[in-house]
Amino acid sequence: MRIGVITFPGSLDDRDAQRAIDLAGAEPVALWHGDHSLNGVDAIVLPGGFSYGDYLRCGAIAAHSPIMSEVIDAAKAGMPVLGICNGFQMLTEAHLLPGGLVRNDHGNFICRDQVLRVENASTAWTNEFETNAEIIIPLKNGEGGFIASPDELKRIEGEGQVVFRYLGVNPNGSMNDIAGVSNARGNVVGLMPHPEHATEPGFGPDTAAAMRSGIDGLAFFTSAVRALAAV
Amino acid sequence: MPTIVVEVMPKAELLDPQGKAVAGALARLGKTGFTGVRIGKRFEITVDGPVTDAVLGEVRTLADEMFSNSVIEDVVGISVDGTSVDGPAVEGETIVVHGVAGETH
Repeated sequence: MRIGVITFPGSLDDRDAQRAIDLAGAEPVALWHGDHSLNGVDAIVLPGGFSYGDYLRCGAIAAHSPIMSEVIDAAKAGMPVLGICNGFQMLTEAHLLPGGLVRNDHGNFICRDQVLRVENASTAWTNEFETNAEIIIPLKNGEGGFIASPDELKRIEGEGQVVFRYLGVNPNGSMNDIAGVSNARGNVVGLMPHPEHATEPGFGPDTAAAMRSGIDGLAFFTSAVRALAAV
Repeated sequence: MPTIVVEVMPKAELLDPQGKAVAGALARLGKTGFTGVRIGKRFEITVDGPVTDAVLGEVRTLADEMFSNSVIEDVVGISVDGTSVDGPAVEGETIVVHGVAGETH
């Protein structure tokens, strides 16, 4: 099982995503934004970072990268695609996911261990969770406020496309406390928090059990492996 | 070389943290006569050759698909060398200093 991670100019967490994929038992494959090849991968991760310096809008220039035409075709054909933070912004800019991301309402960059509730445990990236599971995933962004028009918000809430919700605090002013969404089919998922940073004991977020022990992010990647095995 | 100007603003109903920060600074400076500030973007596109309808059409498409994201922003004006060719009519409620097209929402 091969899962590609696309590196864009300004990607930061591509190597972390590759390691998370490895820890989940799949083979990570490094892909390059300037290519027109997905190298035969079975799933794709768009990693976090600051592609093109967040110029124009976060993820907007990367969403027009050469490889994105292949990503869009693959996503529409049902391939699992996960967008993390800047990758989430790219997926909204590419219109593969609903809504958009704007500057945090308080105007500051925020970095914290964030509690999330899994609202939809039937997507390609969440099937290893229980519905309503509460998980801790690191969050770090300056432009993570999720917005959508009232009609679109009502639609995605009604159709189960809200996948993750912030619990405790809303860290960025996201509408309806939305942390992550999916497309209608559930193969494309995007979220602002970083599951790849919560996959290895000793390097994850703090939990009630012990410092840096959180590995709730690992299930994102094992979910993709399971979804692919079921095909 | 002619220049096409495209102006983009965050949607009126959205919080604009940058504008809010500037409005806060005005208030702290005692500039109490102003009730709000909103901040958008201005793109100046220089054209190699005359601005034909085809060129303008291409810029309109780029304005909608790349320079702005319709989920969060509106294209409020397109002009060529200072003459408005697109966008809402100027209605006078908002005066854009050094701008070419007023925007009232």
